[in-house]
Amino acid sequence: MNEMTQTAGTQFASPFKQRYDNFIGGKFVAPKAGRYFDNTTPITGAKICEIARSDADDINLALDAAHAAKDAWGATAPAARAAVLLQIADRLEANLELLATCETWDNGKAIRETMAADLPLAVDHFRYFAGVLRGQEGTMSEIDADTVAYHYHEPLGVVGQIIPWNFPLLMAAWKMAPALAAGNCIVLKPAEQTPATIMVFAELVADILPAGVLNIVNGFGLEAGKPLAQSPRIAKIAFTGETSTGRLIMQYATENLIPVTLELGGKSPNIFHKDVANEDDAFFDKAIEGFVLFALNQGEVCTCPSRALIHESIYDRFMERAVARTNAIKMGDPRVAETMMGAQASEEQQQKILSYLDIGRQEGAEVLTGGAAADLGGDLAGGYYVQPTILRGHNKMRVFQEEIFGPVVSVTTFKDEDEALAIANDTLYGLGAGVWSRDMNTCYRFGRAIQAGRVWVNNYHAYPAHAAFGGYKQSGIGRETHKMMLDHYQQTKNMLVSYNPNKLGFF
Amino acid sequence: MSEPERVTATEAALRLIAEIEAEHGEILFHQSGGCCDGSAPMCFPAGEFRPGASDVLLGRIAGVPVYISGPQFEVWKHTQLILDAAPGRGGVFSLDNNRGQRFLTRSRVFGPDELAALTKA
Repeated sequence: MNEMTQTAGTQFASPFKQRYDNFIGGKFVAPKAGRYFDNTTPITGAKICEIARSDADDINLALDAAHAAKDAWGATAPAARAAVLLQIADRLEANLELLATCETWDNGKAIRETMAADLPLAVDHFRYFAGVLRGQEGTMSEIDADTVAYHYHEPLGVVGQIIPWNFPLLMAAWKMAPALAAGNCIVLKPAEQTPATIMVFAELVADILPAGVLNIVNGFGLEAGKPLAQSPRIAKIAFTGETSTGRLIMQYATENLIPVTLELGGKSPNIFHKDVANEDDAFFDKAIEGFVLFALNQGEVCTCPSRALIHESIYDRFMERAVARTNAIKMGDPRVAETMMGAQASEEQQQKILSYLDIGRQEGAEVLTGGAAADLGGDLAGGYYVQPTILRGHNKMRVFQEEIFGPVVSVTTFKDEDEALAIANDTLYGLGAGVWSRDMNTCYRFGRAIQAGRVWVNNYHAYPAHAAFGGYKQSGIGRETHKMMLDHYQQTKNMLVSYNPNKLGFF
Repeated sequence: MSEPERVTATEAALRLIAEIEAEHGEILFHQSGGCCDGSAPMCFPAGEFRPGASDVLLGRIAGVPVYISGPQFEVWKHTQLILDAAPGRGGVFSLDNNRGQRFLTRSRVFGPDELAALTKA
């Protein structure tokens, strides 16, 4: 633990430099127009550094660098590409506390989480893709005695990636690691709300990656993200965000006839069957924690377990524990090691969450705890904090139907399994879900019947690299994590070879 | 009772709309959903974002059409949307991006009479 993560009362030193340029062609390059914007920390609302305010010219410069690098990188031997990813992982690990601190300053999330989750998961992601890259094999099909179909994996070339602000470095790692492993070059646009940590990452790994393989261009979505998404010089675009922009990105992709990966959020049900409370044991305690995980990352998680479905016969007993556990969440300065919940990522995010608490009350939802902004006083008075909130209502309410992206869980009861399943699937989204039961048959049936890309059974919010993540319904298209991502970033080349010297005889 | 408006706007939102129109010409709104900047009313140049067959036109604010996707309309239709503007950076490719003020959707639950009028209409 260094001075940046020590107990309250000490002065916190910003881990950032005063200004960051773009990372293009292996160098730090000032934006062509010479413009920068102020990056603030949601912890206090204060400015922490200046970030390049780029436009289409800078995106094109990055695309030039990526295209110049793509042939050599695509032809780099798998073992050499894997070695680069492993070196990146080692470099991240050696600087884990620095990067965790950066992420906490930039995003407002608790250092406890960045140290234990964001950074270790990002490190492991690079290692995982270094591993599966070595294990990937093409196929060979014997069409007949003289004809063979060979299938090769080839990189797409240059890909565009637009990163969200909720797990800035981890979501970038989710996108960068498979794309690099598959032999692609990248032009990456971080979210303007959280643009800084990835520049520290770039400084750390600049000497590992060949110039132009990874290019990071900061700026506003409209000025820098849009020209990237619209560019005919990318072979794929990957985006994490909301549905309207997801549609617009798909629209741009249709103009260029390129594939998209979209991760657009969810409204994940977390279902607690009655046998959960059969014993007051470690499992029951784990289930209570599973409920309270709605507050992880201040609820700014696409898979936030934001709808809790609890069997009516155990509701009182379950909620007594769940409310008490929620009330035990220690809010505070996220730079302090003991803090469990920090700041929302921006003022507008805080305002949006509060607007949902308002609509929830209008719809008649009962506030079981929380329900307002949190004023933590002192330096933090300028930051953006919301109390962890539990609402009780029914599934037709807006607070059950729309992603609040805050520390808010909406709770309802069910009387039997059919009703639980009906409520769980009565949603526009299908990204995550949780099922809690001591009965393996119940777990299996629910796991299969819930229309979501990830169903956690007797656990929640685990994100191993080796498990596929992605959405059904309006939660998006494609998957992230897992070795299948290599395929998402590759072309299939079929070489159909005849070993027969004789003509067909048609002409 | 006459049919209530499905979407209205505050003075602050009207000012921001006028400012953006002066710079970008014709615009439209599409009410977003989902993660990150989800729930924001995204403001796009008209003709760039293509409303689809299942989108629902909620109404017009100062002549600017406001759309929502059909499935989202189904679960939001018991509420009136109130476009407001508040300090912020704006969402992704929305034209309020980086103007200091951004659009924010507030909501009001329709009363029984209003819902009856909307159902009848």
